[in-house]
Amino acid sequence: MTAFIIRRLGQAVIVLLVMSLIVFVGVYLIGNPVEVLIAPDADQLERERAIIALGLDKPLWEQYLVFLHGALTGNLGNSFVFNIPALQLILQRMPATLELAFSAAVLAVAIGIPLGMYAGYRPDAPLSRAIMAGSILGFSLPTFWVGLMLIMVFAVDLGWLPSTGRGATATVLGIRTSLATRDGLAHILLPALNLALFQLSLVIRLTRAGMRENLPMDYVKFARAKGLTARRVIFVHVFKNILIPLVTVIGLELGSVIAFAVVTESIFAWPGMGKLIIDSINRLDRPVIVAYLLVVVSMFVVINLVVDILYSVLDPRVRLSDTQAES
Amino acid sequence: MTTVPQPVAVAPPPPVEAPWRRALADFCRSRLAVGGAVVLFAVMIIAVAAPLISPQDPYDLRQLDILDGGQAPGTMSSAGFVFWLGSDDQGRDMLSGIFYGLRISLLVGVISTCVALVIGATLGLLAAYAGRRVESVIMRVADIQLSFPAILVALILLAVLGQGLFKIIVALVTVQWAYYARTVRATALVERRKDYVLAAHGLGLSHARIMFHHLLPNCLSPLIVVATVQVAHAITLEATLSFLGIGLPVTEPSLGLLIARGYEYMLSGKYWISFFPGVALLVTIVSINLIGDQLRDVLNPRLQT
Repeated sequence: MTAFIIRRLGQAVIVLLVMSLIVFVGVYLIGNPVEVLIAPDADQLERERAIIALGLDKPLWEQYLVFLHGALTGNLGNSFVFNIPALQLILQRMPATLELAFSAAVLAVAIGIPLGMYAGYRPDAPLSRAIMAGSILGFSLPTFWVGLMLIMVFAVDLGWLPSTGRGATATVLGIRTSLATRDGLAHILLPALNLALFQLSLVIRLTRAGMRENLPMDYVKFARAKGLTARRVIFVHVFKNILIPLVTVIGLELGSVIAFAVVTESIFAWPGMGKLIIDSINRLDRPVIVAYLLVVVSMFVVINLVVDILYSVLDPRVRLSDTQAES
Repeated sequence: MTTVPQPVAVAPPPPVEAPWRRALADFCRSRLAVGGAVVLFAVMIIAVAAPLISPQDPYDLRQLDILDGGQAPGTMSSAGFVFWLGSDDQGRDMLSGIFYGLRISLLVGVISTCVALVIGATLGLLAAYAGRRVESVIMRVADIQLSFPAILVALILLAVLGQGLFKIIVALVTVQWAYYARTVRATALVERRKDYVLAAHGLGLSHARIMFHHLLPNCLSPLIVVATVQVAHAITLEATLSFLGIGLPVTEPSLGLLIARGYEYMLSGKYWISFFPGVALLVTIVSINLIGDQLRDVLNPRLQT
């Protein structure tokens, strides 16, 4: 186990290094931020001064080394636009994104597991067919379009829910969150629902498949023969076994929820990291782009590792090993 | 007493074309899938024939009249045709816009899938055939890439590359190749050990010939299934990226861009500018997914007994 974790961490460091190099060099090539940042009427001297102040006069490799040195000490450079450390900027926006991703994951699980269990328990009932048709639609519907339609119906036509921003936030345990106020909850409902859609479909399908796979198994027959109630067999015995694939997928999907938050945040003007990265790409704010990608990639590495470990804890049959050993 | 073992159940050798013909017959068993195929075919015809069947060339500024801007569906245009699906702020017929948009969306989806298929399948075959170092390098890269969501990989690439038709195809190919590599490798690993490959070796055929003429045709079924689903993914991803303003430039108005353009008008109640392109996107994707689902059932060897 320890060897596995160490090997994975080593691999993660290499991935981060390669990624930072590609992104750094690539972002360097796409355009000169000086054009965007300096007023067009600035004279030559002001231009020169700004270029030196941003460190853009040095050769590329030197800029990368300066960046790398800074990155190791937790300094990813200052945002060209906001003129505050890029890392700080991202960390400021992170709680909003995590809050949204967390709400979406909760919605997906809270709605998806009961629906999936029902659809698996009675595969031929009309309601089950409706649930499965809905889940296919959930896979096919483009997230951003659903977001627009949610705004159209609930914000424009019905006027029930607000469509932009985070609303009022309150501080709970030192974290500013929308989940603690009524206004905040109203604001988070639509974006969270939008973000949850794909995961919801996935959870429904996995739960249903798990039910159908587990129900004919011997342990279920045995539990029934022992005289346990149907409710206990399903909600305790079968449920535990369904959870194994679900935990992996939900864990892995938490990462993609955070990535997909880019879309939802842009639609609902949710002030999280995702909106920040899109704005930064459009403004050529290099330090923020690079810092965002490094932060997100690091998060992914951690999530993947945690899921792998969790998986082995839940299911002792799984032995941790790298992919090399398979085949 | 010795009985000569009777070769009781010797099946006659199946005719050569049987697997595909049977697959086709199996495919037609699902009405939904056939419906999907019909719809998809219609969508493809529309996309190809867009300039011929559109009431208006939506990107010829001489044909646009700003007075026609923001008309509701069903309004008569000043040029004398009906805006069945309304018009956008510049007086552009949405129906024509959607026809042209479908063209670009389908083109990007199909081209990127085909290129990714060729690259991914070649690498996957190579991995399975060469083994050892080559295999572990290729598959490790694929594993690492697949541990990140597609949209994130595409976002990184487009942040680096910038906008453009060619660039988004590069991004989509990069996102997709690993799926094909994985699929082909898994199948080829099994096929490689079969007698016909040994026989081909024995005949002294070249490695390339064995890989592409003997191994590849036997890895096709799972590849086709993955590719069908991936076309839908590619189209969705392109639309999403274009919607975010980092995919296609405004000169290549795909469905995603049409939807993005309608976003600002939606709050003032002009729903049709975003709504109808989205429906077109949805119809396309659902029909591809229906076909993909049925293909998976038909071609999945584990379900065939």
